[in-house]
Order: sequence, then C-alpha cells, then structure tokens
Amino acid sequence: MRYLPKSPSEREEMLESIGTASVEDLFQSIPEKFRLRAPLDLPGPLSEMEIIQYFQARASENARGYTSFLGAGVYQHVRSVVADALIQRGEFLTSYTPYQAEISQGTLTAIFEFQTLMCQLTGQEVANASMYDGSTALTEAVLMAERLTGKHRVLVARSVHPEYRQVLATYAKNLGLTVEEIGYTKSGQLDTSALAKAKLDEAAAIVVQSPNFFGVLEELPALADAAHAAGALLVTTIAEAASLGIVRPPSEADIIAMEGQSFGIPPSYGGPYVGVIATREKFVRQMPGRLAGQTTDGEGRRGFVLTLATREQHIRREKATSNICTNEALYALAATIHLCLIGKEGLRELALQNLAKARFAASELEKIPGVKRVFSGRVFNEFVLEFPRSVKLINAALLREKIIGPLPLGLHYPELTKRGLVCVTEIMPRAEIERLAVAIKKILETPL
Amino acid sequence: MSSKLTEPEVVAAIRKAGRQVNQNEGLIFEKSAPGKRGMELPPLDVPSVDPAEVLGPGNSRDSIEGFPEVSEIEVIRHFTRISTWNYAIDLGMYPLGSCTMKYNPRVNEHVARLDGLASEHPAQPADVSQGCLRILYDLQKCLLAITGMDAVTLQPVAGAQGELTGLLMIRAYLESQGNARKKVLIPDSAHGTNPASVVIAGYEVQNIKSNTRGQIDTDHLREFATEDVAALMVTNPSTIGVFEERIAEISAILHEKGALLYMDGANMNALAGVTRPGDFGVDVMHLNLHKTFSTPHGGGGPGAGPVVAKKILEPFLPVPVVVQKNGRYAFDHNRPKSVGRVRAYCGNFGVLLRALAYTLAYGPGILQATEDAVLNANYIRKNLEDSFDLPYNLPSMHEVVFSDARQKKHGVNTMDIAKRLIDYGFHPYTTAFPLIVPGAMMIEPTESESKEECDLFIDAMRSIALEAETNPELVKTAPHSTRVGRLDEVGAARKPILRWKP
Repeated sequence: MRYLPKSPSEREEMLESIGTASVEDLFQSIPEKFRLRAPLDLPGPLSEMEIIQYFQARASENARGYTSFLGAGVYQHVRSVVADALIQRGEFLTSYTPYQAEISQGTLTAIFEFQTLMCQLTGQEVANASMYDGSTALTEAVLMAERLTGKHRVLVARSVHPEYRQVLATYAKNLGLTVEEIGYTKSGQLDTSALAKAKLDEAAAIVVQSPNFFGVLEELPALADAAHAAGALLVTTIAEAASLGIVRPPSEADIIAMEGQSFGIPPSYGGPYVGVIATREKFVRQMPGRLAGQTTDGEGRRGFVLTLATREQHIRREKATSNICTNEALYALAATIHLCLIGKEGLRELALQNLAKARFAASELEKIPGVKRVFSGRVFNEFVLEFPRSVKLINAALLREKIIGPLPLGLHYPELTKRGLVCVTEIMPRAEIERLAVAIKKILETPL
Repeated sequence: MSSKLTEPEVVAAIRKAGRQVNQNEGLIFEKSAPGKRGMELPPLDVPSVDPAEVLGPGNSRDSIEGFPEVSEIEVIRHFTRISTWNYAIDLGMYPLGSCTMKYNPRVNEHVARLDGLASEHPAQPADVSQGCLRILYDLQKCLLAITGMDAVTLQPVAGAQGELTGLLMIRAYLESQGNARKKVLIPDSAHGTNPASVVIAGYEVQNIKSNTRGQIDTDHLREFATEDVAALMVTNPSTIGVFEERIAEISAILHEKGALLYMDGANMNALAGVTRPGDFGVDVMHLNLHKTFSTPHGGGGPGAGPVVAKKILEPFLPVPVVVQKNGRYAFDHNRPKSVGRVRAYCGNFGVLLRALAYTLAYGPGILQATEDAVLNANYIRKNLEDSFDLPYNLPSMHEVVFSDARQKKHGVNTMDIAKRLIDYGFHPYTTAFPLIVPGAMMIEPTESESKEECDLFIDAMRSIALEAETNPELVKTAPHSTRVGRLDEVGAARKPILRWKP
C-alpha cells in the first residue's frame, strides 16, 4: 500500500527486535471474542487514479456549470489561486496545533495576523484564533454573554440565520438558558416595539445579525443603547463578512460572532469554514477558543505563543469556557492570506461591486410583473422578493436553464411563502443577472 | 555509543537534521504601504453606486484602519518564509501521543478542490446535489462498517463537538425513558474535552480513578454506577495506549443500571479492522477524522467528529440525516425526536470527503495500517525501555507512555526532553498528558513512519537520555537550533498582546 513505508522484511526485523513472532501477538490484549476475523466490508482499495475518477463522477452529479443566486450564509466570492497554493504548503497543511511554539512560529505568526485583521474589520479590541463556523460562534458568543452577565435569558432576532438559531437552541436546551425570539418589521429589521415589551433588564443579551438573514442592515447603535441601558449586552453575528469592506463595523456591539467564509473559502457544500469571536478587551477571559499572543524569548527576540490557556478545556476541564479544542486554523490562514492579497483598497472595491450588482439585480427583477421587494430596509448584497407563485416551482423551472434561483423562505418562515432570498456578489456577470430576469419573466408568463 | 558525550559528539549524534539558513520576516502589516495591492477585480459591469446613498447615512465606512496593502509577491514571500518556521508531518515523524499525526494524502487535497465539489452551495436543491449526498452516504456506510454500529451523523465538526452530540443523544434517549439522570462518569485519564462537553450537555462530571494498571477500576465503577449516572465516557485504547481488557464488563455494569457507554474514538487508529466498538458493548462514540482518517490538522483544524451509535439512539441523531431511497439521496429533516442541529448545514463536507478518499484508498487493507501503527509503537517501546521509565507495563497498542522519572534525578523533565528532541529534528511527543502519569512522555508514531525514521527517533531519544545524565544543562536549555528560544509564556499571559498595532 502506497501510504505505508515498510517492506515485508522490515516488518519482520521489527517484530524480531520486539521479540514477538507475529504482529498478531501485539493485539493479544483484545479478547478473542471481540476480534474481527473477517475483512472489513469496505469498498476499495483504490489507486490514486480510481479515487480521482470516483470523485469526478460525484462532481458531475452536482451543479457544476450552474449559475447560482444563493447566499443565505454561504457566499461565492473571488478567490485567488495564491491563497490556495500557500495553504497547501506542507508546513501549514500538515502541522499540528502550535503548542510547541519554537517550531510553530509560522502558524502562530499567521494566527496573530488573523486576530489583528479580525479586530480591524469588526472594530473590536480582541479576536480569537477561530471557531468552527458562524453558527457555533454565535452559540458560544451567547454562552459568553450569559457568563458575563449572570443572566440566563437571551432575546434573539428572528432575522438571525435560522440554522444559527437552531444550533443555539440545541446548546441552550440543557443549560437552563431561555431563548426568546423577537420578530421583524416591514423594514426587515428587528421589531423594537416587541423588544420594549420583552423585559430587557432580565436578559443577558440582544442577539441580532447584520446584514440579517433577509440581507437587511440592523440599527445597531440604537440596539446597543437599548441593551446597555438595561444592563444587557449586544451580541451581533455577521454571516456575510465581505460587507465589512463598506458597511460600518459594529464597534458598539459587545461580542461579535462572525462567519469568515466570504474571505476566500469555497462553499464546499457546507464546510469547512471559519468562525470568529471578537469582543472587548475586558471580556477576554470569558472568551472561548485559542488565542495567540506576542512575547519574547530569553534573548529578547519577538515570538508568539498560545496564551490565556487557563480558559481552555485541556487546562480547566469541566470549568473551561468551552469544550472547543480543534478549530479551523487552516481556513483562518486562508482568510488571512486572502485579506492580505485583496488589501485595503480591494476589499472596499469588492464590497462596492456587491452593492452595485445587488442593486442592479433588484431593479431588473422588480421590473417583472408581479415581482416586488418585500422589505424596505437597506441591504448589502442580498434582498427578499415576493413572487406571484411558489418559489420552489419557479426554481424547478430555473434549474432547466441551469440557474439555481432564490432561496425559498417559506421553510423557515411560514409567513414568507412565495418569498425568495436573492444573493448577487461581485463574481456574478451582468449577463447572468439579465438571464435570470429573462428566465423568471418567461416562467411567470407560462400558465401553471 | 560511549557513556559520556563531548560537544562534537552531541552534534554528530543528531543524524536527522542539519542547519540551514531561514529567512527573517516581520508581520505583514509592517510591509504595508499605501497604494499596493495583491489582487485585482474585473471592472464593474453594472452602474456604480454611492455607498452613503445605498446604505443610508452613517452606515458606511471610509477605510479600514491599518489594513494591509501589499503586492502578490510580498504575500507569497511572507507566508512562504513564515511557513519554514513550522515543523510538519511532511518533514518527518510527529510523534504526538493521542493526536495521530499520520500522512495526509495529497490526492485527498486534489479531490476536495474539484469543480463540482468545492463549488457546491449547501442550500442548493437535492436534485443537483446527488454527488455530494452520495459522498456523505458512502462515508456513513464506511464508518458504520469500521465501528460495527447502526446509525451515524456526520454533522459534528470536531471531536469535542462529537462528544457533545453523543452526550445529547444519550440525554434525549434517557429523557424518552423518563429520566435524563444527573452525572457522567469520566476516568482520570480522559481528554480535557470530555468533562467540558459533559457540562454543556447539562450533566455533572464524576471523575473516577484508574487502577494501578492504568485501567478502569471495575469495583470502583460499580460503586459509582448508580441510577443517577447517564453514561461513562471511556477512551479505548486508553490514553496510556492500552486496550481496556474488561470493556465488556464495564459495559455490562453500566447497562445493568440503565446507563450507556460512550467511547471517545480519539484512539481508533489502534482498532480499525481489528475489533469493532459496536461488538464490545459501546453504545455511542465519535471518530476524529483528522486523526484516524488522515485529514490534515492544518495547524489546529479543521476536523470532523462524526458520531456513530446503536439502533436505540438513532431517533435522536441531529437533523438532517442523509437518506437514500430508490437510488436517490436526500436530507431527512423530519425527525421529531432529534436532539436538533449542532452546526449549520451538513458539517465539514470538505473534511468528510477527504476521509472517504482515505478509506477508499485502503479498503479492507486498513487493517495493515492499524498493524503497522501498533508495530511502530511497540518497536519504539522496546528500544526505549532501557532508557526511560515505563509506568504502566501493559501491552501497548498504537502509542506508548513513558515518564521522565529517571531523568528527573538529573533535574531534566519531560518538557526539557521534548524541547531537546526539536534539536534532533523531531517534533516533540505529547508532554504532561495523560494526567495519571506524572512527567508523561506520550509517543504515537502512527503507521506513516518507516523503520528508518523510527530508528532515528530511537537514537535521538537514547542520545538525549545520555545527555540528561552527562550534560543536563544542554537538555534543560534546549532547543538550541530554533529561530527563537523558549518563549516567555508567563509574560504573554500577564500582559496579553493579542493584536498588532501601528
């Protein structure tokens, strides 16, 4: 087998050195009745060529060559071949968590840069070395708010990504944490009148997403004021991190839970991505996840180490701030490289292109009879449209044109049937936006 | 080898590594200058907009303070230079016990990047996702075959999240029986994630002591296994690399009291093809695909922590579950007894895909990988037994745990030896874990090491043992060959500097 570097005679030599006759002797501690004596029922072995053929066959069963208008937490943005080439360097790809700092300065330096970039983007003072993704980062941010306030109730906007809310519900259930949902208004923003009735002073946090699941920006300064006046925190989640190229950072929020997939990480059918928690310096000891810090060696040379580990499970066990151990370091590195490449001007330009293309797409689609915008709030690169018939039916017809259409909202919001979420990023050519508009118009002109 | 080494001999003893110049490099922010960039976009092909007008007053930002402005070549050089400061599996043996640092096949990286796989959106319709769904389904079948279990979820994205998921399933099952119970038992040899996960699942941790052989004390277990206990979390082989010989009895003790047996699958690399947890009484376990199934650690992640379970726990799997009907694959969301979702979408698909590529490469031949991993650990054990103290003398499986007891007499501890290994061209073994071994030196070579690499490691360890006697200062002040010496961790924690500032 090509991955195994031993010849039969070397195996024999090693057994001889150990003083056993056969490899079988090394497994004697396993009771015979539990020994598997038949070969495992697995496909393979496959050669490298056959493995590639298997996966190419699977790729051809997917949406290769389709144009997609899906966003909803996972975005298609430009990716440079440079970032992908660099993260495949064995020194990054095949290294472990940098506990042995002297031979992990590459990873530690990159984490320190990642933490810095995340602070610059979010307007926060500290950011960690990564969380699993946006959904689990949000959950951890809420648990952090619970620890910081000692209150066990949170108010979560219904306009937060439905799957993020589901993950929060799973974790909250057994921790005595009550999650109450706050609705949205015609603008698509959190309903502040409902908030006023929700006993804010008994809440650990208000939890919002901005841009929210409908693509709409929330009024964060006002929400922060309301939260702080009642002794609660504002937790803000950002699923579309590319928005930070042009949208004012949520510096008034107390904890940010962000999904960094937009920074050069492929959709890859759901992961791996990279979550981030960023917060105020004074809250750092309640933060989950790894942190890299700057220090010096005996000769005064700058170096980096994992630090404040007394928050973490390998030191604190059941008293840790989280059970997280493995994180998403390689994709934090990918995001770091991507952001260095695109840089200060490029990120702004990219965000502006998203704004322009989304506005263009919305105006093209709104021209179709029976199609209208649902929410009046300001948007970045996603918006909700109402259609005169089921979005699923429209999408089925669009698939025949090799177009993946708007995300039907009815599944998660029963009151929003016939509404679909459209996402348009910088990678979408004008011609494809126009093709979508033409296709939807034609579909709607065809009688059911 | 002589019993006393002189300095030139010490250098001569380092056979695996030599010296090479590597580049100095600052932080990327320190290279930044206005007007440089490393990526360009195609020109905008729709009318441009005014951000203040589109986003509304006060909603847009001008520029990002301190954000880098660098060219493509500078980015390439920066990250290439700092990469050379890392050790990696691609450079040599990485004997971290409990971490299973095995070769990460390159074909896995290739297939994960294929157009039609990397490009796919998790919310796209099932009709145009059949390839992705089949990959998930095929991996599920492989993991069930290897573990001998009945049901599986691929959603958890790390071992710790797998633990939590398994515990939530246990809780939901017990609740359905009328009583969720209060405690989860954890041996003192367990990974730190175990107790941390127990707390998030809403249980109390009850630690139980290992016996003098480093195994679970079944008498002790009987005493603690009350009607209040939901489960025992056992790592098998244990963190001292030894198979729990009385695993069936342990399972029976729990089942008698209506409790379940959770297995931490971190050490599954010792078992694949040899024995199946489903056959020896385990009810639910997680697998670390970034350990046993070769997906790269990437400097700390990503991972994947699928959970496999017995039939009784199937109704409680997280939603959605991948199902197949008449050759068509789909996500089943309609599972009323589910514990819910533990992560958005279907987990770390890109990691799951790599694990399937690994499994397909071996097929049933995965047994040979297991055998080689155990052979390597025992070979290293045998050849280091004369130099280091072996606190538990039971048969080793995929890893061996020594202690620094002998070297301590000369003032040299496990961390010193670990740091000295760096000078010899190796990544250190795991230090100070498991907690039941004071001064632990936990060595897991994996099957990826040749006899030659094992021999180099053995020579290095013997040589260091000798140095500990003859020149302890040399070991205590190691490493001597790295860009930076031992770093001031206390200072880093006392006055944390967690970001660059101009």
